[in-house]
Amino acid sequence: MDNHSDYLEDIRVIKKVMEESSRFLSLSGLAGVFAGIIALAGAALAVIFFMNGKILLRNDFFLDMSPEELLTLKINILILAVVILVLAVGLSFWLSYRNAVKKGIKIWTPVSKRLLVSLLVPLATGGFLILIFFMQNNWQLIIPSMLIFYGLALVGAGKFTYNDIFYLGLAEITTGMIAALIPAYGIILWCAGFGLLHILYGLIMYRKYER
Amino acid sequence: MKIDISGLSRLFENRIRLGIMSILLVNDSYDFNSLKAALGVTDGNLASHLKALEENGLVRSEKKFIARKPNTSYSATEKGEKIFRTHLKALETIIRNK
Repeated sequence: MDNHSDYLEDIRVIKKVMEESSRFLSLSGLAGVFAGIIALAGAALAVIFFMNGKILLRNDFFLDMSPEELLTLKINILILAVVILVLAVGLSFWLSYRNAVKKGIKIWTPVSKRLLVSLLVPLATGGFLILIFFMQNNWQLIIPSMLIFYGLALVGAGKFTYNDIFYLGLAEITTGMIAALIPAYGIILWCAGFGLLHILYGLIMYRKYER
Repeated sequence: MKIDISGLSRLFENRIRLGIMSILLVNDSYDFNSLKAALGVTDGNLASHLKALEENGLVRSEKKFIARKPNTSYSATEKGEKIFRTHLKALETIIRNK
C-alpha cells in the first residue's frame, strides 16, 4: 500500500468517517422553510381570531375581559400553539428522515441521540417555564422566552450538526432579547424569529447541502 | 508494533482499523453496534480488528448492559490517540510532498 492514491483514499475515509460519526448531517433545509411558513400562518390566525386583527400587544388587552372570556381565549391559544408545534416538528422529522434515507445515513446513531438530548433539555425547561408564565398571565414574558430558549437549544445542538444551526440559534436569542426590550412588538418579532429566520436559514441550508 | 521512520503505523494499513480510530478520535466512546453500522462491516470482521487494536493498547473496551443486552463500548487510549495523530500527520506530509 505504498501508493499515493491509496494514501489519498485513506485521508478521504478518515474525513468522511469522522464527520459522519460526530455530526448529524441529514437535517433538511426544507424542514426549516416549511416550519417558517407554518409559524407565519399560525401567527396570522392568532392575530385574526384572538386579537381582532391588531398586531401590537397591549398590556391592557386582557384586562377588560371576564375570567370566562380569558379562560376560553387561553384554551384556544394553547390549542393553536400545540397544533403549530406538532405540524412543524412532525414535518421536520419526516423531511429529515427522508433526507437521511436518500443520503444513505442512519437516523438513530449515537450522535443523533446526543443531538436530541442537547435540544430537549433547554426546550423542555423553556416549555415548562412558559407554561408557568401562561398560567400566571405573564404575557410579556412568553414570546421572549420562546425565542431565547429555542435559540439556546439550537446553539447547543450546533455542535452535533451543521454549524449553521449554531448561528441560527444566536439569531433567535438576539430576536428574543429585542422582544424582551419592546414587548409591544412581540408578535412581529415572533414572526421574525420563528417565521423569517427559519425560512432564510432553511433556504441557505437547502442550497448549501441538498442541491 | 512497527512504526516506520515517516510516522506511519502498520496497524492502520487496514481501512477498517483506520475507520475505528477516526471515529474514536472525535467521539468519547462508541458502542459495538454503532461502530458496525457506521463502518458497514460484519460482526466478526469488526471484532477481530477491535481485538488487534485493543491488544496493542490503542483502544480500551468497557462492557455494559443496556436493557439486559450486553453492549461493549470502545474508546481510544492516550497512546492510541497519539499514534493515530502521528499517522495522520505522516499521511498528510506524504501527500503534500508528492
